[in-house]
Amino acid sequence: MMSFVLRRPGQSAILLLIMSVLVFAGMYVISDPVAVMAGEDATQADRQALAAALGLDRPLPVQYLTFLGNILRGDFGTSFVYGRPVLDLIFERLPATLEVVFLAMVLGLAFGIPMGIYSGLNRKKPATKLISMVTTIGYSIPNFWQALLFILIFAVWLRVLPATGRGPTTEFLGMQLSLLNPEGLRYMLLPAANLGVALICMQTRLARSGTQEVMYQDYMMFARAKGIAPPRLIGRHLLRNILIPIVTITALELGTLIAFSTVTETVFSWPGIGKLLLDAIYRSDRPVVVAYMILITLMFVLINLVADIIYAILDPRIRYS
Amino acid sequence: MSASMSEPGLRRLEPFRAIFRGYPAAAAGLVGVVICALIALLAPVLAPQNPFNQNELDIMNGLLPPMGEMMDGSVSLLGTDAVGRDILSAVMYGMRTSLLVAILSVSIGMVVGVVLGLVATMRGGWVDAIIMRAVDLTVSFPGVLLALMLLAVFGSGVDKVIFALAIGIWAQNARLVRAVGLSEMKKDYIAAARIGGISDLRIMFHFLLPNAISPVLVILPMAISGAIVAEATLSFLGVGVPITEPSLGLLISNGNDYLLSGRWWISVVPGLVLVLMVLSINVVADRLRDHANPYLQAKG
Repeated sequence: MMSFVLRRPGQSAILLLIMSVLVFAGMYVISDPVAVMAGEDATQADRQALAAALGLDRPLPVQYLTFLGNILRGDFGTSFVYGRPVLDLIFERLPATLEVVFLAMVLGLAFGIPMGIYSGLNRKKPATKLISMVTTIGYSIPNFWQALLFILIFAVWLRVLPATGRGPTTEFLGMQLSLLNPEGLRYMLLPAANLGVALICMQTRLARSGTQEVMYQDYMMFARAKGIAPPRLIGRHLLRNILIPIVTITALELGTLIAFSTVTETVFSWPGIGKLLLDAIYRSDRPVVVAYMILITLMFVLINLVADIIYAILDPRIRYS
Repeated sequence: MSASMSEPGLRRLEPFRAIFRGYPAAAAGLVGVVICALIALLAPVLAPQNPFNQNELDIMNGLLPPMGEMMDGSVSLLGTDAVGRDILSAVMYGMRTSLLVAILSVSIGMVVGVVLGLVATMRGGWVDAIIMRAVDLTVSFPGVLLALMLLAVFGSGVDKVIFALAIGIWAQNARLVRAVGLSEMKKDYIAAARIGGISDLRIMFHFLLPNAISPVLVILPMAISGAIVAEATLSFLGVGVPITEPSLGLLISNGNDYLLSGRWWISVVPGLVLVLMVLSINVVADRLRDHANPYLQAKG
C-alpha cells in the first residue's frame, strides 16, 4: 500500500515534467515570440536586442531550465495585456469560476438524484419515460448552444434573468463572491444551470442504475419486510448506498466542469479563469496562456492522483498490480 | 428483372434491418443520419445560393426573418444573416465542414490509435510503457480542453482542428485495442501462429487486428458525434475553422451578436440542425452498442 502511494506521485511528477517540456516547446520554440512582440517593421538589430533581453539567444536547454526554474518559484511572468503578474490575475478570477462550478454541482445533485431515484423506482411510469427522454436530449445539446438558448429564453423573451456579466458581489475571506449576494446570485443562475445540465443528466443515470441495483439487494428486502416506511427506506437505506459512487464521480467531474467553464464564461461574459484564457488566446497574451496550461495540467494530475489513491485504498486488487 | 436485381441486395440488408426493427427512435435516428449525409454531400446542388460567393450576396437582403422576401422576389425559408446570406444555404454548407472535420479527425485518430495499440500489445516492455503513459497523459484531459490548448499554441485552421481533435481520439482507441489485444494474445491461435513462424507484422494485422477491432468500431459513431460537438465548440469560441469555411459552430457564433436584439434565427437554426444531427447519431450509436452487447441481446 505505502509503496503504491509513494510510487504514484512519482509518476505524476514525471507527467508534469513532460507537460512542461511540451508547453515550452509549443510556446517558445514553434511560435516565435520575438516576431510577435517586435512587430512587422522591426530591424534585424531590434530583433536581436529583443531576443537578448528575453534571453532567447541562449541555448535551448538553458532557456528551458530558466523557464522551469521560474515556474517552480511561482513566477509565471507578466501579462502583455494587463501588465500585471499572471499568477495574480489567475487567482483573482479563480473564485468566480469556482463558485459557478460549485453551484452547478449543487444543482446537479439536487435535481439529478431525485429524478434518478424516481426513475429507478417507477420503471414503467410516463414521468420516467419523460425523464429518460429529457436526459438523452440534454446530453446531445452542445453546451454553448444551450447557453445561447438560456439567454434567448430567460433574458430576451421572458426578461426574468440578466443575460451576461457578473453583477454585484460580496466580499468573503478576501474573495469576491456572487453566491452570498442575492442580486449577484441572479446573475449566476444561468451560467451555473448551463454547466449543471450535463451533470443533472449524468447523475440521473447514475442514481437510476444505482437504485435498480440496490432495490433488489437482500438488506433492502429485509428492511421492507421489517415494515420500514418508504420515506425512511429511501432516505436511509437506499440513498446512503447509492450516494458513494455518485459523490465520487461528481468530484472527479470537477476538472471537466472547470474545462467547460471556458465555454460558459465566454458566452455569459463571466469574468473567471476560462474567459481569461480565451481573451488571452485572442490577444496573443502568451504568459497567461502558458500559466493557465501549466496550472490546469497540475490540477488534472492532482485530481487523477487523488482518485487513484482513493481507489487503491478502497480496492486492494489495484495496489498489487 | 428489377425484382431479381433488388432481392439479393435487400437480403444483404436483412441483418442490418433486424438491428433497428422494434426500435422506432433508433430507426428515426438512422433516417436522420442518412438525410444529414446526403445534404452534406449534395449541398452545392441543393442550396438555393452559394453562401460564400460574394457576388451572390446582397447586403439589402440582410437580417431577413424566416420566410422573408429577398430583393429578387424569392423567399428565404429560414431567413438571412447580417450580410444577406441565406441561412438554409449556409447551414447546408456548414454541415459539410462539420462532418468533414469530424470524420477525418476520427479516422486519423482511430488508425493511429489502433496501430499504436497493436504495437503496444505485440512489443510489450518499454514500447508498451511509453505508449501507455502517452495515453494516460492524453486521456487525463477533457478532449475539448486539450484541443483548445493545442490550437492556442498552433493557431486555428481546418487542418489544425482535425489534428487537435485526432490527438484526443487516438488515446482511447489505443487503450481499447490494447485491452482486448492482451487477452487475445493469451489464446492458442496466436501461439500457433508464432510457432508456425509467422512474422510479427502479419500476426499483428492478420490475426490480432480482426479480433481486437470490434470495441473500436462500436464507439466509432459516438466518437464522430463527439467530434462534431467538439469542433462546433472550438469554432464557436473562435479558435476553430476559419470564416471562409464556416462550420455549424461558427454560424452559431455569428448569430450570437444578434441574439440580444431578438434576431434568434441566425444562431438558433444552425444550432437546431447541429442538435438533430448529433441526436440522430447518438440514438443510432446507442442501438448499435446495445446490439453488440451479447448480455443485453440475450436478455431482450
